[in-house]
Amino acid sequence: MRMLLFLLSLLLTPMSWAQATPPLIDALATDDYAAKEQALTSLTETGDPSIVPALKALEGGTLYRRLADDKVVIGREDGDSITLTDPLSGAVLGTEPAGNLELIRVNNRLRRAIGASLGALTLRSPDAAVRQTAADAVFVSRDASALPLLDAALADEKDAKVKRSLEQARAAILLGDETLSTVGKLSAIATIADKGGQAALALLNPLTGSEDAAVAKAATEAVRLIENKLAWAAAAQNIIYGLSLGSVLLLAAIGLAVTFGVMGVINMAHGEMVMLGAYTTYVVQEMIRTHAPGLFDWSLLIALPLAFIVAGGVGILIERGIIRFLYGRPLETLLATWGLSLVLQQAVRSIFGPTNMEVGNPTWMAGAFQVGEVTITYGRMWIFLFGLMAFAALMLLLRRTPLGLQMRAVTQNRAMARAMGIRTARVDALTFGLGSGIAGLAGVALSQIDNVSPNLGQGYIIDSFMIVIFGGVGNLWGTLVGAMSLGIVNKLLEPMAGAVLGKILVLVGIILFIQARPRGLFALKGRAIEH
Amino acid sequence: MKSGILLPGLDRAGLLFGAVALGLAILIPVLNLAVPADSAFHVPPHVVALMGKYLCYALLALSVDLVWGYCGILSLGHGAFFALGGYAMGMYLMRQIGPRGMYGHPILPDFMVFLNWQELPWYWLGFDQFWFAALMVLVVPGLLAGLLGWLAFRSRVTGVYLSIITQAMTFALLLAFFRNDMGFGGNNGLTDFKDILGASIQADGTRSALFAASAIALALGFFLCRWIVRSKLGRVLIAIRDAESRTRFLGYRVEHYKLLVFVTSACMAGVAGALYVPQVGIINPGEFSPANSIEAVIWVAVGGRGTLIGSVIGAVLVNFGKTLLTNALPEIWLFALGSLFIAVTLFLPRGIVGLWTGYWTRRREKQAASITTQPVTEGQ
Repeated sequence: MRMLLFLLSLLLTPMSWAQATPPLIDALATDDYAAKEQALTSLTETGDPSIVPALKALEGGTLYRRLADDKVVIGREDGDSITLTDPLSGAVLGTEPAGNLELIRVNNRLRRAIGASLGALTLRSPDAAVRQTAADAVFVSRDASALPLLDAALADEKDAKVKRSLEQARAAILLGDETLSTVGKLSAIATIADKGGQAALALLNPLTGSEDAAVAKAATEAVRLIENKLAWAAAAQNIIYGLSLGSVLLLAAIGLAVTFGVMGVINMAHGEMVMLGAYTTYVVQEMIRTHAPGLFDWSLLIALPLAFIVAGGVGILIERGIIRFLYGRPLETLLATWGLSLVLQQAVRSIFGPTNMEVGNPTWMAGAFQVGEVTITYGRMWIFLFGLMAFAALMLLLRRTPLGLQMRAVTQNRAMARAMGIRTARVDALTFGLGSGIAGLAGVALSQIDNVSPNLGQGYIIDSFMIVIFGGVGNLWGTLVGAMSLGIVNKLLEPMAGAVLGKILVLVGIILFIQARPRGLFALKGRAIEH
Repeated sequence: MKSGILLPGLDRAGLLFGAVALGLAILIPVLNLAVPADSAFHVPPHVVALMGKYLCYALLALSVDLVWGYCGILSLGHGAFFALGGYAMGMYLMRQIGPRGMYGHPILPDFMVFLNWQELPWYWLGFDQFWFAALMVLVVPGLLAGLLGWLAFRSRVTGVYLSIITQAMTFALLLAFFRNDMGFGGNNGLTDFKDILGASIQADGTRSALFAASAIALALGFFLCRWIVRSKLGRVLIAIRDAESRTRFLGYRVEHYKLLVFVTSACMAGVAGALYVPQVGIINPGEFSPANSIEAVIWVAVGGRGTLIGSVIGAVLVNFGKTLLTNALPEIWLFALGSLFIAVTLFLPRGIVGLWTGYWTRRREKQAASITTQPVTEGQ
């Protein structure tokens, strides 16, 4: 009944907007929720955008009644007292102790009404982005009372994108009207189908069972179209997730591709090198927090070289201390480095404790952006780019520098390389240090998305080995392709089979794949039968 | 020949081992049951269970040694066969609980009632019969090993590649058994067992009987391995270990030999798991963790790879050390275990038994040299 009156009053008022007056706002200062709603309705009827701050304050619980004169004010807590501003003009009214004010409370019903009012009122904001949000809000609320405001906004709208959104919102409201003609419904369906997304789907789904055959058919068709689009968007999102997971795996695996692929050393403590890199990041951030908080955004860039040095240094120590005595005995190397991984884990656990460490994200890693229907977080994007950069740098090092040349020479023919004057022992140590250092870099990246705990490396070691073997031992490109395809397959399987089952399927798939191609995807051509 | 078992000295020691194991099987239960509790010779029940556990680990180590020490297959997934055998036994024990569970359901185990399952999944059928469960203890690990081995050996996946594949296998099983909808109790595994073959599992008599069964199983496993490695088959296995391609070129079907010994070993590991579960009273997915499998490998390495007796000694010694250390200084245990891995591979490649035989060989050589005063060629 009130709605009808409201529509009637809107029809009767001339289309110039009324001025909201202080008495209208002060009517909100009552304990009766029905009266509050009434006051809200009359406020919305004015269509005056200047009441938006007041409504927002009401919604956010910062709208107060001043006990002295029953005036409604917006308050901002300022220590013990509250700074007051006028709800309409925004003028500062001084401060009052909290005891002199009473909060104007809202219930859920009122909150919904406020949302709808805000949506309708901001339709004519000078800011296009605000108008866009308002149009989307109306589309979801489908509040018929907003229709006149919507029509008026549509008439004035210049921005094509906002205009389309307004039309879609209008169609959504019209569809709710049972008495709408078939033609009207069909055009509304077409407008909404154009919008797409879950909200449109929720609107159109009930109509597929409509008694009107033409409407039902159009709705079914529209639903199919939207679902198709959503499925593509979901697949694209999954591929993005997959690439992101793949880049994480790539970072963990390329270090291994150097030690295992190039040198043929099975380093089961590789995961612990990753872990050391992550703990280096933690220590760097702690130092920055206590000594130079302003540098926090630079913490990762500072941690990168340090993590490389720490993990690489430990790697060189391992090579000099243990692995060089075990060349040519891969199974023994495997056992010794496994033992080493236990020692490193327990050492870190003894020093830092068994709990997860808090590693923060710098501001440039936080947040996300939207490409079409697909959301990409900045953190994932940077890790993806970082993975590719690390890969490219390693490639350059191996292909274009004297050290890389020596590494490849020692790999191919140790005795001949020695005869040519290459100090093979030194090259071995440096190669192992390089692989470990890259693992340390991976640790810096992983500290941003995974829990930094002594077990961090354990989660990646089996995956990393799988990738190196899958891609073909001794082939860095194979590692890149292996990591990315593993990441994508994992993420595509996840929605179908669940995370754990998906991972199991991938593992079983690789085990079967190795049967078919024991030397991996990109096998090095050669005639060696056995080492 | 590298293998110490072919030395006449250890041959006698081998027979001695069988006698000791059977002697233990009789002695410990007697000391537990017949000797009064206040006597100095009384063995308390928890020690019986602990020693039974060691013997199960020893059988697992024996199975690892059979494939690694004699055929050069370093399996990092034997813990999976052990755990599968354990789960088969656990399923039998679960079915024996019957209506005595917390929810009192006549057939369904507690965790299935908890998950709102209406009927027993098909793969639980038959496990109320002991003979069926006992058969599955052998069949399930054997089948898995057969499948994996057939695929891997056929395409000549060897060395570290095989090791990593077996590790991935046990890792995949670990993940799978953690899932509730697999129907194996998920995270908590199978526990709260009541009785086995009609006898209460908590009773001292049952514990002693299980200990005796473990000792006998270990002795049987030992003689089976001994028989294998001393037969012509064993010679071929050692040939494969030392020069696989050459053996193949000599006309042996290497993959058949490997498959046979791999499956046999997996069945042994399954039996070890089946005897382990009633003695510790629980089986959960943690048993599948890759760390467990690799720990079994280090027992063998400590004792002496390629000597059957060594794997048993290694398993018992390392686990005894673990029990002592984890009670006294839990922080130190992982340091100790990790250092053990490194030290054994660097300084003790032939393990404790290798040290022993090496000592005797050198002594004999010295004696021979002092008698004849002529250089002796290195015959080992």
